[in-house]
Amino acid sequence: MARSIDMRAPKWPPKPPNVRSAPAKPWRSSTILRHRGIAAGGVLLVVLAGAAVFAPILAPHDPLEIAGGGGTTLERPTTAHPFGTDALGRDLLARVLWAGRVSLAVGVGVEVLVALLGCFVGLAAGYYGGPLDGVLMRTTDVVMAFPSLVLAIGLIAVFERPGLDKVVLVLVVLGWTTIARVVRGAALSLKEREYVQAARALGADNRAIIVRHVLPNALGPFLVAATLGVGSNMIAEAGLSFLGLGAQSPTLSWGAMLADGQTFLAAAPWVAVFPGVALLLAVLGINLLGDGLRDLLDPRFTD
Amino acid sequence: MPELLRVVAGRVAAVVPVVFGVTLLVFLLNALALGDPARAAMGQRGDPEVLERIRRDYALDRPLPAQYGAWMGRLVRGDLGHSYHQQRAVTEIIAERAPATLRLAAAATLISVMAGVMMGALAARRPGSLVDHAVMATAVLGISTPVFWLGMMLSLVFAVTLGWLPVSGYGGGDWRHLVLPAVTLGALHTGSVARMTRGSLLEVTRQDYMTTARAKGLAEPVLLVKHALRNAAIPVVTVIGIGLADLLVGAPLTETVFAWPGLGRLLVASVGQRDLPVVMGAVLVFALVYVIANLLVDLAYLLIDPRTRSA
Repeated sequence: MARSIDMRAPKWPPKPPNVRSAPAKPWRSSTILRHRGIAAGGVLLVVLAGAAVFAPILAPHDPLEIAGGGGTTLERPTTAHPFGTDALGRDLLARVLWAGRVSLAVGVGVEVLVALLGCFVGLAAGYYGGPLDGVLMRTTDVVMAFPSLVLAIGLIAVFERPGLDKVVLVLVVLGWTTIARVVRGAALSLKEREYVQAARALGADNRAIIVRHVLPNALGPFLVAATLGVGSNMIAEAGLSFLGLGAQSPTLSWGAMLADGQTFLAAAPWVAVFPGVALLLAVLGINLLGDGLRDLLDPRFTD
Repeated sequence: MPELLRVVAGRVAAVVPVVFGVTLLVFLLNALALGDPARAAMGQRGDPEVLERIRRDYALDRPLPAQYGAWMGRLVRGDLGHSYHQQRAVTEIIAERAPATLRLAAAATLISVMAGVMMGALAARRPGSLVDHAVMATAVLGISTPVFWLGMMLSLVFAVTLGWLPVSGYGGGDWRHLVLPAVTLGALHTGSVARMTRGSLLEVTRQDYMTTARAKGLAEPVLLVKHALRNAAIPVVTVIGIGLADLLVGAPLTETVFAWPGLGRLLVASVGQRDLPVVMGAVLVFALVYVIANLLVDLAYLLIDPRTRSA
């Protein structure tokens, strides 16, 4: 044979100058764990998720029981009530733990739905293209033309009564645009690559090309966007619940607890401090993890 | 110059379908509304004549496209309808609230840009140093802090405990009332500005012309300001544009924490009362401000960076 054919990964496009390249094997566990942001974020999230999962065991009292564990109104933090009590004498540690289940579940749950919807729309637009692409992209243009939380607040007004289920619905309806754009971009650039053309020439159908080539190559940016999305969902849910437009009593959520905290800020600051710290740590953990993943998987955006 | 004009016209024209889509989406808020918000809002004292007027104004007995046409017809004449709760024009209510939000947003932008650029420049001076790590850690912390919680904590420290600043309210425009809300709203964005400034400064300092300037013997501060900051300005303009989103998203929350009589609090209160004409008006104003601001940022590139003109 005169020439050998290079069967390895495609070399096109060439690496642009002045860009830090990704580690050779971003998926190797030692590479991932050595990244300080990912390690710190991961530890934070494991602890918080553990606290949420084991809330029934860890919580010293019933989070909804008025004057549970002999608590009196707005009691300072003590050994019996490490985070103090709220206006109805309910144990705040128990409430923060149980609320974590709701806040984390909403953050992750919304993102799963958003990711599915975004992948579907992004693939349809980027891979199949045509008028569908135009319609979908104009729709995302319009959704993105609103400051997200403002439109979310407005959409809550559609319903007769606010509630956590409406928050989930609104966040999904508004949240899919980022992922759709990420996946569309990947699909668009990949479908013309030579190795994809080659696969098609070899008889691979669209489904095989999407599953084997498009999705794996979109995975990095997709994971980054999805991770950071969990944080934005949690902040949005907390914000809406804080404004009284989300979780309604007795549903617990860190945002709804902070609305109580605002009322008693001067008399009992601990009511506001602890749910806020929990929310901050959760979002911080997600942001550290997301930024770390971006460093490893998506070197174009490294600063 | 006609070339530049053509590019500008193109950018402006591209915004038109987006604005159209925005009005359609805002219209849908009312069209999709469950129950009868007008009746619910007015309750038992619902005057049949007023309800009849609302039905007529919104063409509620006609198909959706006709309703949208009627609504748009009034919108282009600057008529946003009447509030269900206050018997006043929505435009009048919004005009009354807008200055407070503008003032807050301007102060917050000023704070976030000044603090963010300073932090970013400080961190970029010695990448990898203790200062760099401290600044970047502060930035991540700032980005992760829920804006309304930060507002409460600042209020707890500086208003409730120390008593240096008022807890809340507009105070008739007294600047001391502005400090805490502006710092709160600006803080969220300071972190992004700091990160972006640091990133683009580091990028710029790697360029050849910086080595040349340094070889000429220019002092570091001159180098930083004259050569580096200017070239680092493009991504920073981007981040200021993105920051507007943060500002508009943070406004309803910050205004609620500090009882600031702006558009954000108006929006939240109106959703609570299901005063849909006011909700639609406020959402529309927020979206239009956002779209126009993004357009201006886009046009600012054309001035700062001639390379973008061809695109």
